[in-house]
Amino acid sequence: MCTVCGCGDSKTTVPASTRLVQVEQDILATNNQHALKNRTWLKQHNIFTLNLVSSPGSGKTSLLTQTINHLKHKIPCSVIEGDQQTDNDAERIRATGAKAIQINTGKGCHLDAHGVGHAIHSLKPESGSALFIENVGNLVCPAAFDLGENHKVVILSITEGEDKPIKYPDMFHAADLLLVNKMDLLPYLDFDLERCLAYAKQVNPDINIFQVSAKTGEGMDSWYKWIESHVDQPTLAI
Amino acid sequence: MHEMSLCESILQILLDSAEKQNFQAVKTVTLELGALSCVEPEAMRLAFAATCSNTLAHGANLEIITVPANGYCSACDNNVVIEHRYDACPKCGNHPLQLSQGDEMRVKELEVE
Repeated sequence: MCTVCGCGDSKTTVPASTRLVQVEQDILATNNQHALKNRTWLKQHNIFTLNLVSSPGSGKTSLLTQTINHLKHKIPCSVIEGDQQTDNDAERIRATGAKAIQINTGKGCHLDAHGVGHAIHSLKPESGSALFIENVGNLVCPAAFDLGENHKVVILSITEGEDKPIKYPDMFHAADLLLVNKMDLLPYLDFDLERCLAYAKQVNPDINIFQVSAKTGEGMDSWYKWIESHVDQPTLAI
Repeated sequence: MHEMSLCESILQILLDSAEKQNFQAVKTVTLELGALSCVEPEAMRLAFAATCSNTLAHGANLEIITVPANGYCSACDNNVVIEHRYDACPKCGNHPLQLSQGDEMRVKELEVE
């Protein structure tokens, strides 16, 4: 708004001592440049990278430890863990034998491409490996920040309610794959699975969906096969 | 509260512009934010004031221009205004609409001295 007369037209009311500078710059441009550098490096080194996003408590870390335990004899796996505080999740990952590095974002509510770039270079994932980035538990902020991944994977546990996809449409729109987790609890909950899947498809008609339970292993084979089909490693073809 | 880190990026844009365009103080920052850009304007204002405190943009006004979201409907070949990402075409009911504008987050212009 105009600071002189409040007329709403800033162009006509610039005081003589000031001037206008046209900028026209994307606020996320710097993050996106870092993401492009990460993506280029990861592609050159033949590393398949997934950015795992969800609410807190969706079972991401359990799903990841199960996944690594299943895949580790076929595919080298490494993990970048994002949390506001503590090294607990990285410790859980390291217990599987996989390399893991923790980024504590402090007050930050998401990982950004610059921090992930540094983590990649410290972690040194092997060529032909899978790199999992476990983002901060948050269905809002991580949607906007490209990290240089191949795909965003959103994890929704059925204890959260079926309407999450339309409550947080940006995240479900940004993801290529939805894992509906904790399916073993379905008999005990009033969770409308069909409606949840319909909401997800409404927000993102192209989204792939697997129904899984990291605890019982139900449905996890589809997820493992999906990863294996994307990792470019000669031994997998045998 | 990713508005805080967006404001840190905005401040970096201001600092870069100040060097290139030779100014010492920013009086007004005008942003263009898409209606679907997942930014809460009030949170943005709070974060902006906090981030710019004791910088070249200390106390600067923040003008926010909201860019309406438009979607293209491939079924009926129309551009329509939408409120949500999951809206159906109001003319023919088709899903999905291709977002043609409304998720941008841009620093448009600065008033400087």
